[in-house]
Amino acid sequence: MTATVPVAVTDAAGRRPSCPADLAVVLSPASYAGGTVLDLSGPLTAGEIVLDEVVPARAPWSAVVRAGQVLTIVDVGGNQSGDCLLYSAADTGERYSVPDTISWSGTAYVRTGTVLRSNYGNALATVVANEIDRQDTIGGACGKESNTLRYGHHTMAEHGCRENFLAEAARHGMGARDIVSNLNWFMNVPVEADGTLGIVDGISGPGKRVAFRADMDILVLVSNCPQVNNPCNGFNPTPLRMIVTAAAETAPEKARKTAQGTEPRA
Amino acid sequence: MAGTSTGHETDTVTAARSDARAQSGRVADAMPYLPASGTPFAPPGVDTDLLVWAETVAAGGYTHKVLARGSRIRLEDVTGEACAHVLLYNALEPWERLNVADTMKIPWQAYPGTGHPLLSGDGRVLATIVADDSGRHDALCGTSTAAAARAKYGDPAPQGPSPSGRELFVLAAAKHGLTPRDLPPSISFFKGVRVRGDGGLEFTGSAGPARAVELVAELPLIMLIANVPHPIDPRPGYVSGLLRVHAWRSAPTGPGDPYWDAAPETHRAYLNTTDYAGARGL
Ligand SMILES: [Zn+2]
Repeated sequence: MTATVPVAVTDAAGRRPSCPADLAVVLSPASYAGGTVLDLSGPLTAGEIVLDEVVPARAPWSAVVRAGQVLTIVDVGGNQSGDCLLYSAADTGERYSVPDTISWSGTAYVRTGTVLRSNYGNALATVVANEIDRQDTIGGACGKESNTLRYGHHTMAEHGCRENFLAEAARHGMGARDIVSNLNWFMNVPVEADGTLGIVDGISGPGKRVAFRADMDILVLVSNCPQVNNPCNGFNPTPLRMIVTAAAETAPEKARKTAQGTEPRA
Repeated sequence: MAGTSTGHETDTVTAARSDARAQSGRVADAMPYLPASGTPFAPPGVDTDLLVWAETVAAGGYTHKVLARGSRIRLEDVTGEACAHVLLYNALEPWERLNVADTMKIPWQAYPGTGHPLLSGDGRVLATIVADDSGRHDALCGTSTAAAARAKYGDPAPQGPSPSGRELFVLAAAKHGLTPRDLPPSISFFKGVRVRGDGGLEFTGSAGPARAVELVAELPLIMLIANVPHPIDPRPGYVSGLLRVHAWRSAPTGPGDPYWDAAPETHRAYLNTTDYAGARGL
């Protein structure tokens, strides 16, 4: 439906993200459940913005993030799960590994400083900023087939993250065997003392962010989760904003440029 | 030259043939037993005529087998120091494989035990845990990478003294036409992990020697097993032990079985599984 009031399509800094759909509709509260608040927020790290896109609700997304660049993910509408997989851009056989991330970090939750490791144990990326208490990496992805187990066969016609991952993976020459267990930005999956675990109400909100720095060139796949049967999206799928900022200049690079006279001395 | 230094007479083809044949019938601590019905370690109460797999896997070793739907698989930690890292695939469509996230999320339970389904990402049960007197299992930490084994033990190579689980899985998978891309996160048996309130991991270790876990194959399976230390075992040495494996012909979970409708999620998983098996004529 078309919004009847003007919808802001820029953030507080005046930046307008790109979007594969009509941004005015994607950012209109009228497109979502009553009471939805949308906040485009902005990047969590300084540096030149090299990519700035809004992912509509329920859609897949992918991009290559170069080593040193930082990807900020904005939970525009609040408590929107961003299911995420990472691959080495040079060899997609090297990909995000839940158990290696958990085993090396010694914790089941992802927080600032967590190194997101590959199936070879290498650092793919490192979480450099996080505005909610903890991020999930044990809850996995929803999908048409698993929805039939969780909620019943009446949900079979609904779209899922596994379908988003398969569609986006296919664009990069990958298939079902390349889809492994994933990260869930802004999803809340506590593990209780007896091992009971599950997706409960989120601890995020409109405009909350997480940011990770690529430690090698990585291909990032995201499913903006379409799930409407549990609280992972607050039963109200909303957009995500993806902002890639350029690598911060390292001290040795700055010193070299200064010595070469290509940069004014401080 | 070789004959004098090694005790083998192998200077002609005839001598080499005799030398090779003289090695028949020897016994090792870790070996398969063929036919399986002749296993020296038959599981109690099992009709040995029904056995299809009998093997002892070395510490730091691996094994693999294609198993029919309805097979019952028994893994035994002989010394209390085994850790059986397991991957399962639908043998008919091996891109359907173990999904540890669904295995924990769908039953609402992170810690595998009796009655726990091992689920694929396709909404079906690959295997059910039907017996367990260990209770120390883990679906969170996977197996060891070469990088982790190198950092902890020095040499992660399969031919070395401290193979990593992933290096062994690469070999086992290759023998079924599967590549390193086909190695998702694995589950492990006989070494426990618990999650504390703050998310920190606690290694609870072994339940002791002669503990066993039994699985029922709910689909035709490719089963890969790597027997290496758990990745967060805090002990500095490469501690591993013999793993005994037996499998025999039994029946998949169906109506009337205790796990068939024990919970709504797993009930629908068994319905999906029997629907698939029925359509394929299994
Ligand atoms: Zn989802």
